[in-house]
Amino acid sequence: MPFITSDQVQPEYDVAIVGSGAGGGQMAYTLTQAGLKCVMLESGRSYNPDTETAMFQRPDQSPLMGISTPDKFFGFSDATVNGGWTVPGEPYTQASDKPEEQFWWWRARMMGGRTNHWGRISLRNGQYDFKPYSRDGLGFDWPLNYKDVEPYYTKVEMLIGVYGTNEGLENTPNSPKGVLLPAPKGRASELYTQKHGKKLGIPVIPIHRAVLTKALDADKIPAKLHPKNPRAQKILADAMRGRAACFWATPCVRGCNIRANYQSTTVHLPPALATGNLDILSDAHAREILIGKDGKANGVLYINKKTRKEERVKAKAVVIAASSGETVRILLNTKNAQHPNGLANSTGLVGKYIMDTVGASVSGHVPALENLPPHNEDGAGGSHFYAPWWLYKEQLKGKLNFARGYHIEMGGSRGMPGGRNPAPSDFIKGAYGTKFKEEARRYYGSFVGYACRGEMIPNEGSFAELDPKVKDDYGIPVLKWHWKWSEHELNMALHASKTFGALIEAMGGTVRSKQVKTGHDIIEPGGKIIHEVGGALMGADPKKSVCNSWNQTWDVKNLFLCDGTPFPSNADKNPTLTIMALAWRTGDYIVEQARKGNL
Amino acid sequence: MENSEQQNPRLSRRTVLKWFASAAAVMQVGALESLNYVASAAEAGRPAAKGYGQDPDVSQYYNPGDFWPLTFTKDEKETTAALADVILPADQYGPAASTVRVPDFMDEWVSAPYPVQVADRAIIIPGLKWLAEESQKRFKKSFASLNDTQKRAICDDICWPADAKAEFKKAAAFFVKFRDVAAGAYYGTPEGWKAVGYVGNEALMSFDGPPKEVLDRLGVTQTVK
Ligand SMILES: Cc1cc2nc3c(=O)[nH]c(=O)nc-3n(C[C@H](O)[C@H](O)[C@H](O)COP(=O)(O)OP(=O)(O)OC[C@H]3O[C@@H](n4cnc5c(N)ncnc54)[C@H](O)[C@@H]3O)c2cc1C
Ligand code: SF4
Repeated sequence: MPFITSDQVQPEYDVAIVGSGAGGGQMAYTLTQAGLKCVMLESGRSYNPDTETAMFQRPDQSPLMGISTPDKFFGFSDATVNGGWTVPGEPYTQASDKPEEQFWWWRARMMGGRTNHWGRISLRNGQYDFKPYSRDGLGFDWPLNYKDVEPYYTKVEMLIGVYGTNEGLENTPNSPKGVLLPAPKGRASELYTQKHGKKLGIPVIPIHRAVLTKALDADKIPAKLHPKNPRAQKILADAMRGRAACFWATPCVRGCNIRANYQSTTVHLPPALATGNLDILSDAHAREILIGKDGKANGVLYINKKTRKEERVKAKAVVIAASSGETVRILLNTKNAQHPNGLANSTGLVGKYIMDTVGASVSGHVPALENLPPHNEDGAGGSHFYAPWWLYKEQLKGKLNFARGYHIEMGGSRGMPGGRNPAPSDFIKGAYGTKFKEEARRYYGSFVGYACRGEMIPNEGSFAELDPKVKDDYGIPVLKWHWKWSEHELNMALHASKTFGALIEAMGGTVRSKQVKTGHDIIEPGGKIIHEVGGALMGADPKKSVCNSWNQTWDVKNLFLCDGTPFPSNADKNPTLTIMALAWRTGDYIVEQARKGNL
Repeated sequence: MENSEQQNPRLSRRTVLKWFASAAAVMQVGALESLNYVASAAEAGRPAAKGYGQDPDVSQYYNPGDFWPLTFTKDEKETTAALADVILPADQYGPAASTVRVPDFMDEWVSAPYPVQVADRAIIIPGLKWLAEESQKRFKKSFASLNDTQKRAICDDICWPADAKAEFKKAAAFFVKFRDVAAGAYYGTPEGWKAVGYVGNEALMSFDGPPKEVLDRLGVTQTVK
């Protein structure tokens, strides 16, 4: 019985998993395929991508032409349910009134969490990214090497399906041969950027995204992923056959009801449920972890959001994958005599060193792209190209005034029109009538945008704690955010803005964004890029970290944190693929411990 | 550009920050239903309406008026249709704005409870009133009943703020805002897509990238084989 209600909960499970997003989905998949009995608690409502996805809806079939509003931050058709930077009934607070010291906390309260609408950019951390402190003396090293995680990156890529190429660039790992799906063809603005990027030494190459440009090989992959487990192979093969290749239309942020892209609800949860080993409770908001007399976790106390009653599930081990902030909140809210400062917090480090990605963007107008003959540029519902960080050598020589790298995400403007004027007023001045329509045709598609996605170094000023006064609608104390950018991030944002300006000019274009003087003028607020990680530092020393390299808390040995919380650094590479790889790795470890009777 | 403003260049960072500030204010208080902008809506002199909330059924097709009541008066609607057709007339690129429901979409827009639209309403409704009065003053007729030459005579005076005479500056700001909203609506229709040269939103067997003609124009080659 897969989707259950509180009264159908089994007396005890092997593992209780909090959260159904990337980390929770991967964990449920790994554990149930290995035969462990799991219960998953999801705070949001159940969600059915087959029937709830807005695939081909046009702007004129949507309120306000589908544009963003405070209710739907990424547009009406975006697959975010009860979420955004605000969530009904679940507030959070800021320690400072200054905008640059505030954190925007994005959450989605739905089955599958943010994986229903994420960008699907799936980059591997490179070997430098696991040892940043050793390279420049800042932040923390991971107690892991690239080669520890490499097999799991490969497994996740085979399972979810990732397109891209192997370019062999510095700290930008290749995948083994045959793992990546074919890269989609470059679009006009991407190819034009690639050509002119060369002059500036910027390598513009195919990006990696979790979209099937080809159906997955259901005959071969399952045997590679689950050797010696025929049942798992069969379940996975069936699941893979239920996923179609992309049909090159419809924006991926809306989700994908042909299951061509990765979302937990279409890729991780169906095969996990098919094992018969998973019960899922939706509208179940975990408040604290239950601890036995032996000091081990033995279940989860949650609020049934429908009845508002407190309920419990019992399990031999607990995995929290509620997303960085929320995982911190659950740990801090689990206070008792044994754990006066919150669970797994003997070091006082829970909530510390939270990071986001450094974001800054510049847009420009490129005359060469004006009046292009109409052609289809929808492609794979997201970006096809990007530029990985390319200045490692200069940085090593001390030529840059910031310590870490950024990659460039890029976009053209030949997407689905509607909701805004394709011909900006400063170009067309007083045009109206047929003249206006000609101008609209001319300028449509001639704009480009470049975004910095850069590494933030963890600092003492960026953390979350419990607010002593404010509680949410369920009576649970909320998080209070503290935020601080260091000179590294601010200088990086400035560098990016100059680089993008130079790139646009190299293309014969002009910059549209405002000129900036300081990093603060251009850097996006903390949390705005929605890559928050950290808050339960992973390390080799129990006195200086919260988790070990198995995402296992030092204080409570059957408690695992399988989202971004344990990240000691936040490489410029978008975090989700790494969250999944580590969750799989931890899942294997839990299975091994269970077999030894150690749970 | 997966989660950047690129997808919605209409929204400046400042606007988003403003939303956030108002959201944050509500958050400090604690209970947060859907964002509530009733106060600013009331200031702009319109009935408070509810937005669609954070969990609308997005799998449906919607028409203007499905989520909040439309508020244009008959005169406002007629003036809107007439001005939208001056800006987006029937021609070789496509049909006139009014034949693809642009006035309905604009009514939905100015009647919406969200801050961007509430601000636009404060420019558009007085602008429509000005246009009606100006038409009466100059030609003793409603704007919709003017002939093309008469309509253009007024539009030429107000179509660009920088060139407009002092007495027309405000109306010119209205014209630009109106043109933005009308174009946003027009180009969100299948007819508008054709008019602007958008080809897409249809399932394909393969994605072939830009055609040779486009590659040649740009002097690039397809680098993904
Ligand atoms: C618009 C957007 C674009 C993005 N693009 C990219 C991208 O291109 N590449 C990339 O790598 N990353 C991207 N991200 C980030 C990515 O979505 C996250 O890194 C990823 O989803 C994290 O997985 P998670 O399992 O930690 O959290 P989530 O996916 O957020 O899942 C957490 C789940 O836990 C549930 N939960 C929370 N609290 C509780 C509780 N107390 N009890 C029970 N359940 C709870 C939540 O409701 C949620 O369903 C993007 C995010 C957004 C919003
Ligand atoms: S572009 Fe492709 S992968 Fe993305 S939603 Fe559409 S069909 Fe699915």
